[in-house]
Amino acid sequence: MEAVLFILFGAIAVCGAIMVVTRKHPMASALYLILTLFAVAALFVLRQAHFLAAVQVIVYAGAVVVLFVFVIMLINVPEDRLPVERATTMRVLGVLAAGFFILESAVLARRFSMPKGPAAEVGTVETVGRALFTDYLLAFEITSVLLLAAVIGAIALAKRKT
Amino acid sequence: MIAPSAYLLLSAILFGIGVVGVVARKNVLIILMSVELMLNGVNVAFVAAGSYLGDAAGGVFAFMVMTVAAAEAAVGLALLIALYRLKETIDITELKVLKW
Repeated sequence: MEAVLFILFGAIAVCGAIMVVTRKHPMASALYLILTLFAVAALFVLRQAHFLAAVQVIVYAGAVVVLFVFVIMLINVPEDRLPVERATTMRVLGVLAAGFFILESAVLARRFSMPKGPAAEVGTVETVGRALFTDYLLAFEITSVLLLAAVIGAIALAKRKT
Repeated sequence: MIAPSAYLLLSAILFGIGVVGVVARKNVLIILMSVELMLNGVNVAFVAAGSYLGDAAGGVFAFMVMTVAAAEAAVGLALLIALYRLKETIDITELKVLKW
């Protein structure tokens, strides 16, 4: 059962990702990105990481992709002024390098072995919260500075009149 | 029971597709979305490794990556809007004022 679900959601995630990078219009890409994010959230549930799955749906699909959709509609580039994609040598080389990277990772992942126990509950509210507020408290506090910097930076950049 | 390597392979595939999007596309919006894909691929590896090794750090780091992704999207899209006002284009090959 677990294997069937893993293959199903893994295939959805990979197909969605391929559609994200191949669509011409960014709006189609954004919608396929939501599909991929939901499939990855389902994979998190499969690993008993319920809290992270919820955060994935709320933060990614609910905030980040909505931000993308908002910007796509705001700047609203006409269909005929979207960048024309051409296969230059450097682009083809880049795609080949990425394919080589995937193959190399596949070879490495096959050698990598971890103890095959049942899913330990690492992504639930209790475990994440306990680790976050004890061992990783400093990182958590610094994250607030990062978010403040992002808020100020985004407002300063978008507000400037030129 | 799924082998841990299956999750790592899926993570590598998602990351690789994200790399293709970053190097091969010209649309800035799609490049930013591909960066999100790469971060998601990394998250899959973090969660899978954390749950197989029974270490809470996997979940915590996935959480941190999500925070960074949200901040990155906010700043990246603000930059994009500022650039679009200035240049009226989202073609990455036309944005080369820093190149000389």
